[in-house]
Amino acid sequence: MTTVTDHTDDGHHGPEKGLMRWIKTTNHKDIGSLYLWFAFVMLLIGGAMAMVIRMELFQPGMQLSEPQFFNQMTTMHGLIMVFGAVMPAFVGLGNWLIPMMIGAPDMALPRMNNWSFWILPFAGGILLSTFFMEGGAPAFGWTFYAPLSTTFAPDSTDFFIFAVHLLGFSSIMGAINIIATVLNMRAPEMKLMDMPLFVWTWLITSFLLIGAMPVLAGAVTMMLTDRNFGTAFFDATGGGDPVLFQHIFWFFGHPEVYIMILPAFGVVSHIIPTFARKPLFGYSSMVYASASIAFLSYIVWGHHMFSTGMPVAGELYFMYATMLIAVPTGVKVFNWVSTMWRGSMTFETPMLWAISFVFLFTIGGFSGLMLGIVPADIQYQDTYFVVAHFHYVLVTGALWAIIAATFYWLPKWTGKMYNETLAKVHFWWAVISVNVLFFPQHFLGLAGMPRRIPDYSLQFADFNMISSIGGFAFGASFILFTYILIDCIRNGKPADARPWEGAKGLEWTLEPKAQYHSFNIPPTKVLIEQESQNS
Amino acid sequence: MAEMEGRQKITKKFWIKLVLAPILMFFFAYAMVPIYDVFCEITGFNGRTGRVDSEQVHVVDEMREVEVSFFAMTMGGFPVQFGPKVNSMKVVPGKFYTASYIAKNNTDEIVIGQAVPSVAPTEAALYFKKLECFCFNKQVFKPHEQVEMTLRFVIEPELDERIKDVSLSYNFFKLKS
Repeated sequence: MTTVTDHTDDGHHGPEKGLMRWIKTTNHKDIGSLYLWFAFVMLLIGGAMAMVIRMELFQPGMQLSEPQFFNQMTTMHGLIMVFGAVMPAFVGLGNWLIPMMIGAPDMALPRMNNWSFWILPFAGGILLSTFFMEGGAPAFGWTFYAPLSTTFAPDSTDFFIFAVHLLGFSSIMGAINIIATVLNMRAPEMKLMDMPLFVWTWLITSFLLIGAMPVLAGAVTMMLTDRNFGTAFFDATGGGDPVLFQHIFWFFGHPEVYIMILPAFGVVSHIIPTFARKPLFGYSSMVYASASIAFLSYIVWGHHMFSTGMPVAGELYFMYATMLIAVPTGVKVFNWVSTMWRGSMTFETPMLWAISFVFLFTIGGFSGLMLGIVPADIQYQDTYFVVAHFHYVLVTGALWAIIAATFYWLPKWTGKMYNETLAKVHFWWAVISVNVLFFPQHFLGLAGMPRRIPDYSLQFADFNMISSIGGFAFGASFILFTYILIDCIRNGKPADARPWEGAKGLEWTLEPKAQYHSFNIPPTKVLIEQESQNS
Repeated sequence: MAEMEGRQKITKKFWIKLVLAPILMFFFAYAMVPIYDVFCEITGFNGRTGRVDSEQVHVVDEMREVEVSFFAMTMGGFPVQFGPKVNSMKVVPGKFYTASYIAKNNTDEIVIGQAVPSVAPTEAALYFKKLECFCFNKQVFKPHEQVEMTLRFVIEPELDERIKDVSLSYNFFKLKS
């Protein structure tokens, strides 16, 4: 807790100079930036793999890669995007924003915070190093089902397992830190129901993380002992069961998808009220809806396993429980729409991303409902329909919210304004290309094209080519995104302390560029109530 | 520390809870293994068959008949020919029967294998009990030797009256030792 106790003499000492600043830092803003940059690099690496996948699928037949390499691409693309890009990006946002939003000087555990970040580059490095090993990188899909990942996988799988352990450690420590910060470091006058929604959704996400990530750690540990130490958790010949792997994996896997979307809900709940210039509609229902989604996420994992020979009673239970999630999610979508209803809306870049989030995420939600229907799912299982579904919720859901948050809070992080014209060009470029990329995949899936296969029959050729063209355009949009970010950091015009007219929240009461240490003196009750979303 | 006044202190109890929760969840993943086994045993899900230790006497309805079909599969890399001696037999629930499978090792090496049974429909698995079976132990196949392997089973009369066909399949896996 050095950061908190050290400045007894002077509340505003700056950061250290040089590279050691970043290695030794315990400052939540530094660590937030580190997380965000790490996630950005991983996004580009994972995106490059997606480009290889789309190039291979541009035409029927084998173009570029061996099937084994193609499988490595799909597997590593998934792993890197989930564990390297989306999750660290949200932890980065949480690090940057949560202390400022609750009037805390820093995170509750600054040194552990440093550790949870610095584990990540090593975990990512170990994961990527498997490409250069004998047998190549993991090629069994990001879900690494046994026995493909135990009996039939190359030796490099043990490195993958170790990387997953490290990633799990990192996110569990991050989650513990956020829970401790939110519950103990809040401004004394801030009640739980005064907390901004991003803080609420991250608090709930943290509970999902400490519930789900250890189960993943358990699953990979069982894999490790099955592979090397003669146990038979997933080996039928020794009395184990490969289906058990899927139960354990999806017991982690389903909460995981809400880990990736709940903070996104929080971000959007900040941006829409700002640019609609109205208080968030149904603040408390938003909180309760997030909590119910989190609870339900633990009891629906079986809907990933409808075709494993599950008995009808089990299928019915998981189907109904899954459908139930549509209720709190619907509450959220309607609340966002009601917030915009009769608001004085303007369409600055963050708002464009947020509105398209609501629209496109809902498309992903609906295809999710279709997949939740047992008889339909048996048709859709492992087709491109599933691929389209989870890319609509993860790319135009989670990633969209990350980009929206970047534009929304960039002025507070840098003290500078990005180029609004370029940012709008970037938005339209991305939103059109992403739909060209993923929408045809619905049709491909309904027509029966299986996922994770490098070649396909001729009838799928047209839609695949359209999808690939959209993919290349969407990939290229990140070049512009990178330019806009660097341009803002280097040449941006100075921003106001509250660059968005309708924005509420304690972070906007700080200097235009938030100083290295903020809220050494907790905000007053009056200020908290003025800036509360719940008013 | 003047600034920290009024903020809540993090208590030791709170720490213990926070650190304990993920550790407990880690062990929960391991707890899922026996939970899953017990769940499958009670419900018969997953087609697992049960065992009996002796030939208990059941009340037998001689008029009732269930057709049991036998299937055989081998996993890739298992070099032994393996199949049922008869494809199906009609059985009376409550009576014990013996069926057999034939295996022939066509290679010049000793092959060790383990058979894993599965019963469909899963609702029948609960009542399909075996007194003895070659799947209880690993099997050793000597080079170019043909063996007949038996199982003795009963379908308990509690089986749902509507189920007229039950299939039993074995999948042979190669073991290293």
